[in-house]
Amino acid sequence: MNTQVTLAGVKLKNPVMTASGTFGSGMEYSEFIDLNRLGAVVTKGVANVPWPGNPTPRVAEVYGGMLNAIGLQNPGIDVFMERDIPFLKQYDTGIIVNICGKTVEDYVEVVERLGEEPAVSMLEINVSCPNVKEGAIAFGQNAKALYDITNEIKKHAKQPVMMKLSPNVTDIGELARAAEAAGSDALSLINTITGMKIDIHKRRFVLANKTGGMSGPAIKPIAVRMVYQAAKAVKIPIVGMGGIATGEDAIEFLLAGAAAVSVGAMNFVNPYTCIEVIEGIEDYMRKYHVENVADLTGAVE
Amino acid sequence: MGTDRNQPLTSICSYPKAGIYTLEVDLFRLKVLDIEHGLDWALLVAYNRGKMESVIDDLREIYSQRHTPTMEHMRFGRDRDIRKGHSMKQKQNAVVLSQKETAADIYDMWIETSLAHDARPGQFLCVYPRDKSTLLPRPISICEADAKKGAVRIVYRIAGAGTREFSGYRAGDAVSILGTLGNGFPVEEGSGKRAFLIGGGIGIPPLLELAKRLDGEKQVILGYRSNELFLQEDLEKHGAVYVATEDGSAGSRGNVMDAIRDNGLEADIIYACGPMPMLRAVKKYAAEHQIKAYISLEERMACGVGVCLGCVAGTKEPDHHSHVHNARICTDGPVFEADAVEI
Repeated sequence: MNTQVTLAGVKLKNPVMTASGTFGSGMEYSEFIDLNRLGAVVTKGVANVPWPGNPTPRVAEVYGGMLNAIGLQNPGIDVFMERDIPFLKQYDTGIIVNICGKTVEDYVEVVERLGEEPAVSMLEINVSCPNVKEGAIAFGQNAKALYDITNEIKKHAKQPVMMKLSPNVTDIGELARAAEAAGSDALSLINTITGMKIDIHKRRFVLANKTGGMSGPAIKPIAVRMVYQAAKAVKIPIVGMGGIATGEDAIEFLLAGAAAVSVGAMNFVNPYTCIEVIEGIEDYMRKYHVENVADLTGAVE
Repeated sequence: MGTDRNQPLTSICSYPKAGIYTLEVDLFRLKVLDIEHGLDWALLVAYNRGKMESVIDDLREIYSQRHTPTMEHMRFGRDRDIRKGHSMKQKQNAVVLSQKETAADIYDMWIETSLAHDARPGQFLCVYPRDKSTLLPRPISICEADAKKGAVRIVYRIAGAGTREFSGYRAGDAVSILGTLGNGFPVEEGSGKRAFLIGGGIGIPPLLELAKRLDGEKQVILGYRSNELFLQEDLEKHGAVYVATEDGSAGSRGNVMDAIRDNGLEADIIYACGPMPMLRAVKKYAAEHQIKAYISLEERMACGVGVCLGCVAGTKEPDHHSHVHNARICTDGPVFEADAVEI
């Protein structure tokens, strides 16, 4: 049984990674699981300088999922290079760094810094966070803007680039094609879906930011559909995510066209989810006599 | 912690009772570190052998200057009671020993769990509902931890669907928990001092374990809505209890600050947990009287272990995680020095 996948030239021991923002840089969850077992750790978004994030409350529970409006609080690239990368280098797992920014220059600065670090296997570009007013999402909801920023990042990137797409668009295929045309080596989707929750007793928004990004098992059908549509639209590999809780969920994404998957909000619910998903994929492969996990990609009929 | 793989258990050697013992060790989820000899190795061994209690502050200083991977492993124990050494957080399926309703919507549950051994006052558990529509854990403070019995007590109020589900659990039912989380109250700070233990409403429960462990003059000031005085009797065993009720049906009419004033109470140190207006009043009181106050904060959480950055509190100094001014309540707290946080 071969669980290895190759994503834009990067070999991963299995197709399971962590969704950005749900796993930090792995330190906290390394107390629960062996990071060596993961295909890759995708880090929490990092910017050129520290970002304080949004006011609280930043999280809310919704039926079968959650809303978050963290606002990309992060320590900035200096601390990240000094602390988080050395930590991750201790483990035999792929390191994919998620990058956020307010301007194209912000992104490029981080891309260039990470170019100095060969241990980083891939860059994931967050142009789809719904919780930050400047930049970010503006790049991800318009095909021309997405093309331009992807193009600019590709000029400076030493590692393969994976644009992370927003589901808050009319035609995901159009955005996927724009990123591919600009040279993106892979795509990841979906980021969270913009949502809202109101406390009817206080007649107030539950989140200080009013809106937040929805994640969790409730969004999975939407994510599977979008991965399918994006996979139909482009030839570059896709990392699928959105509500994955089990190996079966992951298989669904692979069949829809994903080459790999990420576990997101469910890490918060069960710190062992990533391992259970890896084992669940292996169980499925044994049950259906699948030799190579890569054969499952897009195998829905 | 040994110098080579054949000598892995030196950290449990105790000289007066030295001898050869055969041990069965469960390696499940054991973190195995392979570290080259050097300063980091020496610090790590000394730390885990409990040799550095007297230099905790220096240790933090050393840690903050040395961001090597090995030093990151020390971080895990950094905010814990250093004498207990490295202990891991765990998610467990535990068993409910008993549960009863002790006031309107206030439930009192004992849970059988190995987490009782490491639990300290002011720490909390994440409790997970079974209903998959309510995914996120509910952070609930530890009211009592009985290491002998291997059991933890939580006292909570029904606040929504998750806690409503918990309130229906009976003895023998499974309960999914993650713990023990957070830093807890610095008990040793209050040793030999006159202490206020101030609790408001559902902030009262963590004071019980604190009152049990604190050795000093304990004045426990409790604020309730009405005369359903849950935990009052338990706390009276460990200190002098003063009560305030919003409706005046017991003790002072008003809040905990009214009870302090009415009874002419004084203290050298304050520990407090309760609603934000109460904590603000405590912070102000402590500043006016120039005494140290440790307050336990509450915020909506998702992960409970410092990953999601959902539950932050504004801090005076930059936090050590993001280097902004937003400390994580779940891991850097929930207990903070009152003047270190903006509330």
